[in-house]
Amino acid sequence: MSKASASTATRISSFILMIIFVTLALSLTVLIVAINAFISEQEVFAGYLLLIGFLGVAFSTYLLFQTRRRILSLRIELPQITTTIECKKCGFKSVREFQRGDYIFKEVEPCQKCNEKMLITAIYREVRGKEKERERFPF
Amino acid sequence: MLVLGIVLLQIDLSQIISLLYILFFVFFIFYGQRIQLQVTLREVEGSLYKLKYIKDEGRRIAIETIKEIGKPQTEPTSRVDRFLEYFTISPQSLDPAGVVWKLEHILDVRDARFKDEVKMMAPAADETQTNNLENTLEAAMALNYIYKVIRHYYLLGKKTLSLYVIMQLQMILPLVMREAEAYASALKAFAYGQPIGDGAGAMVAAKLMHGHETRKLPKDCVVATVPIEGRTAYVIKAEGPGGNVGKIGDAIKTIIEENEGKIATIIMVDAALKLEGEEVGEVAEGVGTAIGGPGVDQFKIEESILKYRIPINAVIIKEDIGDAVSPMRKEIFDAVDNAIERIKHVILERTKEGDKVIIAGAGNTIGIGQ
Repeated sequence: MSKASASTATRISSFILMIIFVTLALSLTVLIVAINAFISEQEVFAGYLLLIGFLGVAFSTYLLFQTRRRILSLRIELPQITTTIECKKCGFKSVREFQRGDYIFKEVEPCQKCNEKMLITAIYREVRGKEKERERFPF
Repeated sequence: MLVLGIVLLQIDLSQIISLLYILFFVFFIFYGQRIQLQVTLREVEGSLYKLKYIKDEGRRIAIETIKEIGKPQTEPTSRVDRFLEYFTISPQSLDPAGVVWKLEHILDVRDARFKDEVKMMAPAADETQTNNLENTLEAAMALNYIYKVIRHYYLLGKKTLSLYVIMQLQMILPLVMREAEAYASALKAFAYGQPIGDGAGAMVAAKLMHGHETRKLPKDCVVATVPIEGRTAYVIKAEGPGGNVGKIGDAIKTIIEENEGKIATIIMVDAALKLEGEEVGEVAEGVGTAIGGPGVDQFKIEESILKYRIPINAVIIKEDIGDAVSPMRKEIFDAVDNAIERIKHVILERTKEGDKVIIAGAGNTIGIGQ
């Protein structure tokens, strides 16, 4: 049930998609007719058709991008979590991606240098540049 | 027909435009509010769509985690669905005397019930995993509740066509969405047992007590006796690394009673909500009981310190609601060392050598050992 409802939320309605593509096709046809009208020297008529055609293309492209944006905004982004492992004896440090079962002050695999048991000393996520910039304030 | 045709021919284009202009105004006088209502309803509907998606994701993650960790014999879906609908009725406070104890009892019953449910859902999970699963389910429950409340007001506004109901909803929606998104990122953190921003206080205590012998305190707390700057510090935190906040109030009371009230000062450390514009991980210092939750622990600590007139100091690490329930940010992790420095300062300034102090790190200790 959950999978179904999740996909309903992320799915683009086929009816809307159909309308968008029909509008796009009609607009392209109008543009072609406009070119033909230009060739047959009906400039005023061709100008109107060009305007309608471009408006149609712009409208359908905008709708298509808007629908895509809505889908993207529904995604839950998973941040990357880093685990830092340290050897208390020799100070050797290694950083890797978080693995299930990791916790701060957990003893893990022996040190590559001195064979002493290493310790998880930090688990955190780093905020990316864009998000950080949004937080920055001029005053 | 002929007369009408003649009249129409006599009306020129500018007159038609003027007429349309007037009709447009009349239309907006009568239907303006209705149009505004429809536009606002569409906006709320969009957010409701997103809330539904987040809620469903929460449920899916909870079920998947239970299946993965708990290895249940039967399908846990129906049990999870039942769990998501659980509610807690707060005690009657018409006569406020003794309401804290009643609230504590209700919360204890709730906690025990949740733990039993999780154990039944995930029989193969150990103590730490049970705590983490409980936290995961609680986050899914919060998302379910947010969705239902917003849906309620949306449908109520739609039914009554009340602009005021819908507008109130639209005004608070950005804040509600922020909270829902925060819970959504908390879900994965709880499911994987990652430290969260709220655990900043527990992290400070963990760093101070690491390498020293610990003993258990009531309830779900640990204490270590740590020498700091020539003083004896009793460092308290909830027992990790499972998702747990412990009963810090009971733990502090126990230590105070064990020392017959001879405690020079108590320093509470916790994560606190920052104001917009403040930096994440900013450390501030003050007085008072820095602890969140429903207020039972704060009440108990205040009762204990009042009995022996013990001064209480607070060190807080600032973060916003999103940071508090999502995986711990590097800025918050780095702030832990600053907070320890501040604690040492307070100890040096406010106590004498040989004194006994209590340092209590409040917050969810998920992903933080000791």
